[in-house]
Amino acid sequence: MRLEPINNPSFARKLVPPALALSATILIASLLAMVAGANPFSVLGLIIKGAFGSKFALLETLNRATPLIFTGLAVAVAFRAKFWNIGAEAQLYAGALITVLLGTGALAWPSGVILPVIALIAVFAGAVLLLVPALLKTRFGVDEVVTTLLFNFIFLLFISMLLEGPLKDPMGMGWPKSARLIPEASLPRIVDGLRLHWGFALAIISALCVWVIQTRSTLGYEMRAVGLNKQAAGFAGIPVNLVLVKTALLSGGLAALGGFSEVAGLKGSLTLDLSPGFGYTGIIVAMLALLNPLGVVIAALFVAGIFVGADSMSRAAGVPTYLADIMLAVALLLMVLAIMLTRFHVVRD
Amino acid sequence: MGTSVVEALTLDAITKRFGALTANDAVSLSLNEGEVVALLGENGAGKTTLMNILFGQYTADSGTVRVFGKTLPPGNSRAALDAGVGMVHQHFALADNLTVLENITLGVSSLLSPSAGQSAARDRIKALSQKYHLSVSPDARVGALTVGERQRVEILKALYRDVRILILDEPTAVLTPQETDDLFATLRLAIADGLSVIFISHKLHEVMAISDRVVVLRHGKITGGVRTADTDKHALATLMMGTEATPPEVSQSTPGPVLLKLDHVATPDVGNAPGLKSVSLSLHAGQIIGLAGVSGNGQAAIADVVGGLVKPAKGRIEIGGSEIDRWTPREAVKSGIARIPEDRHKTGTIADFDLTENAILERYGSTGFSKAGWLNWRGSRAFAEAIINKYDVRCPGADTPIRLLSGGNMQKLILGRVLEAAPQVILANQPVRGLDIGAVNYVHGQLLEARARGAAILLISEDLDEVMALSDVIHVIADGRLSPGFGRGRMTPAELGLWMAGQGFEIENAHAS
Repeated sequence: MRLEPINNPSFARKLVPPALALSATILIASLLAMVAGANPFSVLGLIIKGAFGSKFALLETLNRATPLIFTGLAVAVAFRAKFWNIGAEAQLYAGALITVLLGTGALAWPSGVILPVIALIAVFAGAVLLLVPALLKTRFGVDEVVTTLLFNFIFLLFISMLLEGPLKDPMGMGWPKSARLIPEASLPRIVDGLRLHWGFALAIISALCVWVIQTRSTLGYEMRAVGLNKQAAGFAGIPVNLVLVKTALLSGGLAALGGFSEVAGLKGSLTLDLSPGFGYTGIIVAMLALLNPLGVVIAALFVAGIFVGADSMSRAAGVPTYLADIMLAVALLLMVLAIMLTRFHVVRD
Repeated sequence: MGTSVVEALTLDAITKRFGALTANDAVSLSLNEGEVVALLGENGAGKTTLMNILFGQYTADSGTVRVFGKTLPPGNSRAALDAGVGMVHQHFALADNLTVLENITLGVSSLLSPSAGQSAARDRIKALSQKYHLSVSPDARVGALTVGERQRVEILKALYRDVRILILDEPTAVLTPQETDDLFATLRLAIADGLSVIFISHKLHEVMAISDRVVVLRHGKITGGVRTADTDKHALATLMMGTEATPPEVSQSTPGPVLLKLDHVATPDVGNAPGLKSVSLSLHAGQIIGLAGVSGNGQAAIADVVGGLVKPAKGRIEIGGSEIDRWTPREAVKSGIARIPEDRHKTGTIADFDLTENAILERYGSTGFSKAGWLNWRGSRAFAEAIINKYDVRCPGADTPIRLLSGGNMQKLILGRVLEAAPQVILANQPVRGLDIGAVNYVHGQLLEARARGAAILLISEDLDEVMALSDVIHVIADGRLSPGFGRGRMTPAELGLWMAGQGFEIENAHAS
């Protein structure tokens, strides 16, 4: 079997393989549910119901999708310029760290002032954190995959050190946990009484902004040009290294905004389990979205829905929540295959 | 013809469609043992598709391929290889970080014990290179070889595998006249031993020199087949184009003031490519300066300096009489330098960008295309459409990815992109490499028009005919040094050849000392 490129894929050609990938994912999840001794239809039903079936479930999914939108955008922006930022996890924690550093009493201003200030400084921190790998790459040719990945470990250990030491909440009964944010530094709920906070709205706005930047701005044009063909971009006069640095700043800032949103909107304090791998799951989200910023929102809702739904399904049906991880992994692999099939024919010899 | 003609290769009514496009329409072609058939056609005529089908890269919608009477299973490149079909592509398929020996035995030697039989292979390669005059060291790293040497490796690779039918796709596009002669000498030796060759080329005089028969392909159909002995260049050009092609007339030039001046410019060597050694050159308005030379003698270095990619390590660049200090591609474009790059696929365009996005690649920051960091897509698209109309770029529309265009149309877009800025200076680096005659004449015509408008043109080409036909003044570049300028018609090709081999420089140095 061989692959032949399709020059002008039809609409059906673009749509059918991803739909098949989704169906196959559901089929495989059903088989696994059967192996676990449950009725596959009820398991799938429970996942969907647990993710979107009630107001509470839906809000839970939206909350869970919020940090994934931010990290997904961070990854999508960077990957578009072929800057492989694997470090959204660390950048998210950088944003979270700034939030508790400034939001637990260091600044005592009204909400309308303190929140934008913290958000901006958080973005700045995430950007600076990714600036180091970016400069190492553009100046010395150091592979950013290695540096950004290793930064995750360094930064998490640094956070751990802070939480065991200077940032440790004296009222925390010995847990490695920061003090709680003052009320002014917390993001309010969008609707009173419902758990959904303004971080979700911020995520949607960020996605729209990134989309507009990518399709309308010269920076977006430069980022896409550098990602597609560095040599031609450089020849034409696009300052390739500068564009890579700008991309890194934007990417790091978006991930850090996710950390700010998570602490200020949901958790209220910083712990080491703030992120169950949002930075890494962001890569899956971005890939599923084909690096499209608006697609990131949909992909993040899909991924969050599977996680939230699987949690609830697990309680009801007794099937382990690992099913969610498997579904995501299968979905990602099949989607990568499906994307290839939208661009190539399979020809049998 | 004798009675014992063996048909080596038969393509029988091959049809291949890509969507609405019929790339090959019932194409039939036969090749006898020991024969050279030239396949002639414009870009996009379907030559490459046909060869890809023969070689099993594509599967034909209908039709069969027979090699020595045996039908090949469609779409199986292994079968074609095993039947003794070999192909040397225009863009070589060699691994730069392996040696010549490793490249040649790659795919033939066992994966588990790659070093087994190496000395036998080395002896065989040496014997083959001696027999066919393909001098290249088996242990040299391919990345360190010149383009001509790499092609020899490709041919050795085919001979090593005992191919009986060799397909050469534009083999002389990257060669100097001397290297082309060497290639033809090698081919004649192999043909005498029974090798059959399909020779794909645009260059009519080469087709006349090497082939027994010429088959012309136009719009996917065979439009003519003639014995080379019964035809001439003019008739072939007419067959290929469908109409008569006339090269543009070159009138006498009237040089104006100096627009761009290189003053004792030197650049460091880059790997094996020599840098410039104290090069001085003045480009006058209304004049074409041709730079002749063997590939890899500093053409890239001078193109990079003029194009703004490299700042001279020593010496000065003057534009309109004043020295420049900052020197980047953007500065070069701003200074009114139009740059037609050597490689339109890798440096000239971004394959997955559409025509609009490629049209504004150098000037997306200027008024009309963007304002305060926001792109003006409407203006950009109008610009692309203006280029498409004015320069006759054949495409479905401005939103087509440029990778779907033929080389000639791609080059027309690049021409439009740089000429629409009304440039003072035009750097044309191999502007017609790999183009068919129609596109070549078009590009040359545009350059001559720009000259008439008062632009100064630096034409870099490894095709001596092109340089001699267009240039008002010819300089020869050899090992990073520049010869004095020779006016139109002052030098014969043989005399220029001496300079290209570096001989004139010694005489000049002897005079100087």
